[in-house]
Amino acid sequence: MTAAARLDAARYDLSDLATLEAESVHVIREVAATFDRPVLLFSGGKDSAVMLRLAVKAFAPAALPFPVLHVDTGHNFTEVIRYRDATVRELGLRLLVSRVQDDIDAGRVREPTGPGTSRNRLQTTALLRAITEGAFDAVFGGARRDEEKARAKERVFSFRDEFGQWDPSAQRPELWNLFNGRHRPGEHIRVFPLSNWTELDVWRYIAAERIPLPTLYFAHRRMVFERDGMLLADTQHLSVAPGHDRFEAQVRFRTVGDATCTGCVHSTATTVDEVIAELAASRVSERGATRADDRISEAGMEDRKKEGYF
Amino acid sequence: MTGVLRVVTAGSVDDGKSTLIGRLLFDSKALFDDQLAAIERAGTDSGEVVPDLALVTDGLRAERAQGITIDVAYRYFSSPERTFILADCPGHIQYTRNMVTGASTADLALLLVDARNGVSEQTRRHALIASLLGIKHVVLCVNKMDAVGWSRERFAEICEEFRRFTAKLDVPDLSFVPMSALTGDNVVHRTTSMPWYEGTSLLRRLEDVHTTSDRNLIDARLPVQYVIRGQDGVRRYAGTIAGGVFKPGDEVVVLPAGTSTVVTEVCGPGGAELAEAAAPQAVTVRLADELPVGRGDLLCRPNNRPQVAQDVDALVCWLSDRGELAPDRRYLLLHTTRATAATVRAVDYHMDVTTLHRDKSVNTLSLNQIGRVSLRTRQPLLFDPYRSNRATGSFVLVDEATNDTVAAGMLIGPSLSASPVVWHPPGVTSGDRPSQGVTVWFTGLSASGKSTIAAALERLLARADRPAYLLDGDNLRHGLNADLGFAQRDREENVRRVGEVAKLFADFGAVAVASLISPYRADRDRVRAAHEAAGLPFVEVFVDTPIELCAARDPKGLYQRAMAGEITGFTGIDDPYEPPSRPELVLRPDHGDPDAMAEAVLRVVDEVTARQR
Repeated sequence: MTAAARLDAARYDLSDLATLEAESVHVIREVAATFDRPVLLFSGGKDSAVMLRLAVKAFAPAALPFPVLHVDTGHNFTEVIRYRDATVRELGLRLLVSRVQDDIDAGRVREPTGPGTSRNRLQTTALLRAITEGAFDAVFGGARRDEEKARAKERVFSFRDEFGQWDPSAQRPELWNLFNGRHRPGEHIRVFPLSNWTELDVWRYIAAERIPLPTLYFAHRRMVFERDGMLLADTQHLSVAPGHDRFEAQVRFRTVGDATCTGCVHSTATTVDEVIAELAASRVSERGATRADDRISEAGMEDRKKEGYF
Repeated sequence: MTGVLRVVTAGSVDDGKSTLIGRLLFDSKALFDDQLAAIERAGTDSGEVVPDLALVTDGLRAERAQGITIDVAYRYFSSPERTFILADCPGHIQYTRNMVTGASTADLALLLVDARNGVSEQTRRHALIASLLGIKHVVLCVNKMDAVGWSRERFAEICEEFRRFTAKLDVPDLSFVPMSALTGDNVVHRTTSMPWYEGTSLLRRLEDVHTTSDRNLIDARLPVQYVIRGQDGVRRYAGTIAGGVFKPGDEVVVLPAGTSTVVTEVCGPGGAELAEAAAPQAVTVRLADELPVGRGDLLCRPNNRPQVAQDVDALVCWLSDRGELAPDRRYLLLHTTRATAATVRAVDYHMDVTTLHRDKSVNTLSLNQIGRVSLRTRQPLLFDPYRSNRATGSFVLVDEATNDTVAAGMLIGPSLSASPVVWHPPGVTSGDRPSQGVTVWFTGLSASGKSTIAAALERLLARADRPAYLLDGDNLRHGLNADLGFAQRDREENVRRVGEVAKLFADFGAVAVASLISPYRADRDRVRAAHEAAGLPFVEVFVDTPIELCAARDPKGLYQRAMAGEITGFTGIDDPYEPPSRPELVLRPDHGDPDAMAEAVLRVVDEVTARQR
């Protein structure tokens, strides 16, 4: 190729974020065009906030053509629920909430007891129930392939059988940008538009798009205690186990899940740019730092995913 | 370079591939401490004590239990320069299916060889698949250089061997890096053990490779994905640009209806208005006229349309271990934003991905097999050949009973067999004839030396008792093509006729030596496609003599007359010459005299025909 032609082509260079955005928007539009009843999982966490922004941008200036769903463990940080409701109100979204507490009350699941337990795994039941009740055939999730080994091999369009289960050894091959969402009634497809994003990409997009986030993501002082090498917040949902000391520290959360199993990290980052700088220097992955649920076993995520987890 | 680079790696643990990936991630600081700790834990579970970077890539429990990698894994890392998405394809089982999957979106393929063993069968197979899937950049990593004493000679030997093999393939950009993933030499950091090596490290090579121009920025194609009806009552057509550039003011045609209209607005995600947008941007467009446009339609420019056909030929890779591709089975075909029923008319041949041998006796394809098939679709496909556009040239087949994705396809063109004229199957096929035919096509400017080299080649062939026949463009214009002039359409027809005659000679078992200016790339590519469809080899030789030299030679005084304006439409003066994008051979004046050049051509002819037999 001549130098002139190369210079001309450079006009059409796309930045990495623009490339990722285009790919995600393509996936989201594909779902809206080919499924009857999609729903988008929105927890108030940073990944679902980015996914929601992409979905809104995919259909602008029209409204989002599907509702959002929150699986509520009942053990959420209050700030996150406030953020969730504010976002829904501002964007005029239809919010559905599926409560783990309802399953416990109805006797469908039993609340695990004892120190170090959480309702994390119970979310699967609440999620699958919401999918069945809403007859949803496509469920958008904010999972990324860089998060975890089992996720590294999951498809963008990931098939779930009539029991909501994932079979990692029988996944459909996925080529080019051609997605096979065919399914029978009762089956559904989990769709992961952020598959190719990394934690840092998510933060850089939050910066570029000025996406608001719950304040938990930024450094603040709060009472914490240490358990199994992780810092946990002292909230009404989780009391300090005997033999552990409460202390005040400046921390922030890298993920915001269930308050009983989501840890925080020491941090001084109070702005998005400072978080990005901190992440670039970090030596610990986001799940390793803050998710007790992943520490259950080496294959913890794989097992939960097979059962129908996010 | 900025932006995302998608890389596919293929190979087995034995080549040190997993160690290489582990090293790339580790040295570029994409591996976190807890992930490293998890590797060590996982390693201990399976009885190994040494922390093994290879274990980074084996994600699923079944894989770790069996000690093999089953599925494609995606890895992410970045350097200050660029973001990388790495599709890591296992080499043990189902290698073809996995490699085809990983390669379908890749810009660049990393192939690995063990410096001690050199180019293996597996390396050749991976290079072939990369080239079939249209990957433009291939980097051969010659690994374990520490085990051969960092030998410069060994490196050169392997490069030479690989270059010889890839000459037969379609790999426009090939490079080589000697390295040791174990010691880290030349992976992220430049080597200190091989002072003789003047190139860059692998990471640097990945940072520098230029891919924007790999995208098709010429043929404007927008498959409509979704119709957005805003609160303002305006209909906007959303989609991902599959080729070319769109901007407000562009006259466009909506296919398959064929109606014309004008683009009045192009927006990016979120409704930001753009001055122009190119593949692969996700956009919305507004059109000047109210037209019944919906998902599955395609916008293009009036003078640059895709092919429209219900009978198509394609290369297909069968991906399913449940059942095989069979003629007359019905499938659902997903192509751009269309889904339509399709049946397989015939399997033309199955290609051995190691030897390139074509087996025409089969009529099915099973897991991991690649072959050429003819398909009939219920709705017409609006497509381009995969070679010129990956997005509009690719499709997948879905089994209607199980909903599984069972095949990946790359479109070649409309089926020749679809013509209403009946094709009589010949009693004798080229395989039954005593010699393998081939067409050698010389293209280049007037007075570039084509005919002289072609005549020398014909003499060489005759001396070797090979049946050969020279088809000289000028001479044929006295008979076969006496009715044609030099207007573009006449030149097209001239090339088509000579191409057809050459094909007949080649099918007969002769070496057809065609020598004509054939200035337009598309015309020559059609001749090549006709040969490929007939299973006949086609060798394009570009006689690349600078125009100054041609004009100085000017044996017929034509350049002088053209420059004086006495003749018009003269190639190189006031009519364009489009050089081949991927000729089998390029001959420049410094390559020697016509006889030496003819010998170089003969070597390529021998290689190609040997491969065919």
